[in-house]
Amino acid sequence: MNLADHLPALQVALPLLTAPLVILLRTGFLAWLAALLASLVSLGLALLLTAAVLETGTQHYAVGGWAPPFGIALTVDGLSALVLLLITGASSLALAGGRQSLRLDIDNRRAPMFYGAWLIAMAGLCGIAVAGDAFNVFVFMEISSLATYILIAAGRDRRALSAVFKYLIIGTIGATFYLIGVGFIYMMTGTLNFADMALRLNDVIETRPIIIAAGFITIGLALKAAIFPLHIWLPRAYTYAPNAVTVFIAACSTKVSIYILLRFNYAVFHGNLLGHSDLFAVFIIPLALSGILLASAIAIYQVNLKKMLAFSSVAQIGYIALAAGLASQAGLVAALLHMFNHALAKGTLFLCVVAFVLTSRSATIANLHGIGRRMPWTMAAFVLAALSLVGVPGTAGFISKWYLVTAVMEVPGWGVPLVVAIIASSLMAVVYVWKFVEVAYYGKAPGDDTAAMEVALPLRALIWVAALSNVYFGLFPQLPLALAQSGTSTLLGGLN
Amino acid sequence: MKLLGLFNYWVFAVLLMIGLAALISRQNLVKKIMALAIFQSAVFLFFITMSKIENGTAPIIQAGVDNQVFSNPLPQVLILTAIVVGISTTALGLAIAVRLYEEYGTIEDNEILAMDRKP
Repeated sequence: MNLADHLPALQVALPLLTAPLVILLRTGFLAWLAALLASLVSLGLALLLTAAVLETGTQHYAVGGWAPPFGIALTVDGLSALVLLLITGASSLALAGGRQSLRLDIDNRRAPMFYGAWLIAMAGLCGIAVAGDAFNVFVFMEISSLATYILIAAGRDRRALSAVFKYLIIGTIGATFYLIGVGFIYMMTGTLNFADMALRLNDVIETRPIIIAAGFITIGLALKAAIFPLHIWLPRAYTYAPNAVTVFIAACSTKVSIYILLRFNYAVFHGNLLGHSDLFAVFIIPLALSGILLASAIAIYQVNLKKMLAFSSVAQIGYIALAAGLASQAGLVAALLHMFNHALAKGTLFLCVVAFVLTSRSATIANLHGIGRRMPWTMAAFVLAALSLVGVPGTAGFISKWYLVTAVMEVPGWGVPLVVAIIASSLMAVVYVWKFVEVAYYGKAPGDDTAAMEVALPLRALIWVAALSNVYFGLFPQLPLALAQSGTSTLLGGLN
Repeated sequence: MKLLGLFNYWVFAVLLMIGLAALISRQNLVKKIMALAIFQSAVFLFFITMSKIENGTAPIIQAGVDNQVFSNPLPQVLILTAIVVGISTTALGLAIAVRLYEEYGTIEDNEILAMDRKP
């Protein structure tokens, strides 16, 4: 066995083992550097894994050489690879771009602990993506959640504390519901391994515990994924977290919960439970639709830029949930694509917010008047990413919206109303984005100050790399598309 | 008999609901943490009950003893992990409550929210 065979395990072990070493480093700079390096190496590992998945299909790994179902299995398929790329990419982007901002938010003395928690959060999220059994998903979910609570509460804004307390309560309820569901399934099937579960569920489909399990798991994960109206923890947590942390968690943490939600509802329940797809659709599509419409509407009235983007995230999660609820091949491809594309757009937007707050010390829209003329480079990148959020042709957002509309049109009878809802929400996205763009370019700067105040070149360059990747994946969507299609076929065909 | 046979499951459901109700209705953050602990303990009870069978022993093969009945050790191991997770959550929740008390001088959720609203 050479090192390449251990990639799935390394993906989790590397950040997890680097975390204690980072804590031992004395200064914030060294800790940041070590965390960034670990994050970049993880990104490299994720790319290698993606290449392996695209070349030879699903990667299996038995921890310690114990074959499943007795040992712990790690499984990486197209879907996991997509999520891994998101996690490690978002973490690298946020760490690389967030150095200055984090230095202001975190005490130098406590910075090593902070970066340690960051790596543990990343390790947990990666663990969810590679885990092949339901209980390890729970453990990794809690590892990443606990570390994420620390990251959000680490800043100087005291409102983050009450926000994170709420997140902790709701997050733990969600995880405990998930655990109850897993318990019921274990009771009936005697296995925790996803692949085994899908096989053995056939014998016990008609029993009530399995139906209860499906309910507990779906609701628990919907809480974690912030599907409307279970999103109440999200806006405040995103708004008051340190800016660089928001880049990281907004891009990937809810997506990972959606990933596991899809894995359970499709790879395990779909095709085993009679009428499950209909039930799932009836449950999730109304929630998704109200999220798409109401959260977009609420976003229009926000006075804080971060809160506006946070409500926009709730609406975008609605798109993903809607596409997933259609239970069709096209719908799932659209959901997975939108996971990727929304993470790209939101990551870029929040990275621009990092830059805005660095120069003007505030994320309130009223204090950002005229920022477009003072920071032309950053603002142009913001506009580019916002176009992708709206779904303008030529950007990544357009590709997933296109797939979403195509998938929705296949729904008999409901196609047109659903398309109308999607278009209405996209128009609302234009409104809230324009509200900020207008004051940024045409508003009068506070104190009539028009002096340029761009951020340092490395951060500006990084923002532009992120913004251009929105265009790149809009013109050449082959990579996410291939992963989404391979992920969809494993979801619909069971794990094999 | 059937009702009594399911005694543990009833306790599980009741504890779960007590925890959830207290989580929703209490404003005091420490009481919320206590409710969360009750909520999680209910699930521990559920898993342990699931693995228990009559006359079941620890899964150790003994020389010269036939017809041994073992309790399934796996749910117990799972719950060992879940207990650790639960303790970490409680510890972190209490730590945040302490920080909130330092910043706001109160641990009542509604008072903290009211202070957040007036800038």
